[in-house]
Amino acid sequence: MPVLLQVENLRTQFYTSAGTVRAVDGISYTVNEGETVGIVGESGCGKSVGALSILRLIPDPPGKIASGSIRFQGRDILAMSDEELRNLRGAQISMVFQEPMTSLNPVLTIGLQLCETMELHLKLTPEQARSRATELLGMVGISEPERRLQQYPHHLSGGMRQRVMIALALSCNPKLIIADEPTTALDVTIQAQILELMKDLTKRLGVALIIITHNLGVVARYADRVYVMYAGKIIEGGSASDIYHRPLHPYTLGLLRSVPRMDRPRGNRLIPIDGQPPDLTREIEGCAYRPRCSFAVARCEHEVPPLDSVGGGHTSACFEKARLQGLLKEAS
Amino acid sequence: MSAVAGATLQPGASRATQAGQPLLEVRNLKMHFTMTRGILSRGAAAKIKAVDDVSFTIARGETLGLVGESGCGKTTTGRCILHLEKPTAGEIIFEGQNLTNLGRKALNEKRERMQVIFQDPYSSLNPRMKVGAIIGEPMKVHGIYRNQKEREKRVAELLSVCGLNPKFMDRYPHEMSGGQRQRVGIARALSLNPHFIVCDEAVSALDVSIQAQVINLLENLREQFNLSYLFIAHDLSVVHHLCHRVAVMYLGRLVELADSDELFSNPLHPYTQALLEAVPIPDPDVEKQRAHRVMKGEIPSPINPPSGCVFHPRCPLAVGSCQQEVPGLRELKPGHWVACPRV
Ligand SMILES: Nc1ncnc2c1ncn2[C@@H]1O[C@H](COP(=O)(O)OP(=O)(O)OP(=O)(O)O)[C@@H](O)[C@H]1O
Ligand SMILES: Nc1ncnc2c1ncn2[C@@H]1O[C@H](COP(=O)(O)OP(=O)(O)OP(=O)(O)O)[C@@H](O)[C@H]1O
Ligand code: SF4
Ligand SMILES: [Mg+2]
Ligand SMILES: [Mg+2]
Repeated sequence: MPVLLQVENLRTQFYTSAGTVRAVDGISYTVNEGETVGIVGESGCGKSVGALSILRLIPDPPGKIASGSIRFQGRDILAMSDEELRNLRGAQISMVFQEPMTSLNPVLTIGLQLCETMELHLKLTPEQARSRATELLGMVGISEPERRLQQYPHHLSGGMRQRVMIALALSCNPKLIIADEPTTALDVTIQAQILELMKDLTKRLGVALIIITHNLGVVARYADRVYVMYAGKIIEGGSASDIYHRPLHPYTLGLLRSVPRMDRPRGNRLIPIDGQPPDLTREIEGCAYRPRCSFAVARCEHEVPPLDSVGGGHTSACFEKARLQGLLKEAS
Repeated sequence: MSAVAGATLQPGASRATQAGQPLLEVRNLKMHFTMTRGILSRGAAAKIKAVDDVSFTIARGETLGLVGESGCGKTTTGRCILHLEKPTAGEIIFEGQNLTNLGRKALNEKRERMQVIFQDPYSSLNPRMKVGAIIGEPMKVHGIYRNQKEREKRVAELLSVCGLNPKFMDRYPHEMSGGQRQRVGIARALSLNPHFIVCDEAVSALDVSIQAQVINLLENLREQFNLSYLFIAHDLSVVHHLCHRVAVMYLGRLVELADSDELFSNPLHPYTQALLEAVPIPDPDVEKQRAHRVMKGEIPSPINPPSGCVFHPRCPLAVGSCQQEVPGLRELKPGHWVACPRV
């Protein structure tokens, strides 16, 4: 599949009174057309900042994209004019956030918000926009779409609002949707409804999807490929199967051992990762995971492990990945 | 089966409790809130049946999980047990004594033995107090260890039991991470030597790696001090891991109760089945094999709940009679209780 988005060596920083926050610290990854990519990692590791950087939505000040390139269909987003950027944001890449109330305008009806974007970007007449809005609401499983168009966001439940956000995100036929914790605020049965809906629609319409989440289950169920982030860096990437069954970074391995599995009988203690993630305002020497890592060797203290390929599209940023590979072979 | 059956039976006696007396017994608990509606409806009162005829027991050293979606009444159940809410009806029997008709002094004594750990450690810790004072406060209030030195020694001990360096005594909550603050909340809950702790979403706000640390801490403390927990959470994988038995609630009612492994491997109530199917498992190969059926509809408003079985509008098994009859819990297998006549 052709590459849709190519992020290279992206660095985004915040300049605060407490120091420079290296929120995203040199990440590189690709998203192919029509595929679903999961980005996982714990709170504060830079998932959202990385996503907002793609659309240049980082508040400046205090933030800045310090270096790197972001190519979308071959064009460098970081070099785009304001006009090109507006067109990109509304029509080609759209975002779905955790809390739809922050991205829906509370004083405008659902219909107005849907139609406005389509009139602007697709140059539809008000009548055309209205009929497409009705169709979109039906598509995302909202009953009585005609009536809903006249309602305000606060009339809807959290799950319904997220459906509206998905309709909005799809309205201008985007190539890519970035969903940042789209279901974290929802109950589990509603979460399943929304995620199944997103999967069906993106597959059917050939839209690529980036799902950002801290939930390893959600990624396992929906993502074709996965990137794991830690302290502003991507530390491992690969197919979902590689990441979950052949993890080649101690942090990924640690995460997988930390989550309880409800499909297995209970009894065993979890194996947590000791310590906590580093403070991103301090300069980190060597591997950021070293203080918590049980595989660490001397060089981890001073050298930053690069994200190297281990073949088959699987990458790991760990000096000791060969040792992990050996252990996995032994175990299987 | 009528509603009366649910009221007369006492479900959920585990093997441990059959031997002796349960530590806690909740009998036919009801908590109905009256809401005065807006001006348009001229002050007409609406009733929310937040908890409606809920019964269960918890044995010494046992963890009972309470799960269900937002608004189903988990927190309210916990608050009624702790006497933070005066129930509309029902009884709370703790260590053999009925709290509902206990005098103030005796009640306070019992309440010392019951503590709570909340979800958001930040909002439940006083930001202007140092950690040492936060943990020591309940001891001060209840007049245990009057002497400052002794109290400090005890605080240091509690901190290290909870995996924190005693030096943290001199820190403020905002100088700590989320996981560390949660440990402070746990240390405070332990300060009065409780027998029973309500953990209300106690690990929900934590990242997985830190969550696993706190889960292990809770398990170790339970073993060390023979504690009992009511573990309220929406993360079903965590509940399965941590709980001996699990109760499932829907719109204020208990719909199923069983041993943890039994409930997760053999859910009988259609709501429990849908709930478990909705939880993604962190294994792509397992996920490929699973049916991703999606339960229709949303949770109805508790102000005007459906008649009969509250689950009937979303239920794949519903028949006409489900709209009229409120199903009581039935014991289909030893220790496995289900409130559905169709299974
Ligand atoms: N406006 C800002 N000013 C200063 N620092 C910021 C700002 N926004 C984000 N950061 C910092 O950047 C880092 C990465 O934040 P980000 O929001 O990307 O994390 P995340 O991985 O999305 O976490 P979560 O899972 O909690 O959403 C964090 O350390 C955060 O504190
Ligand atoms: N003091 C109150 N007055 C009126 N209604 C209340 C009150 N407390 C709770 N409720 C209502 O009772 C129902 C049960 O609430 P409760 O907080 O127990 O749910 P929960 O299961 O803990 O939900 P969550 O998972 O969101 O924490 C809800 O409909 C809630 O709005
Ligand atoms: S590079 Fe070293 S410290 Fe970093 S994860 Fe690998 S072994 Fe651990
Ligand atoms: Mg985020
Ligand atoms: Mg609650």
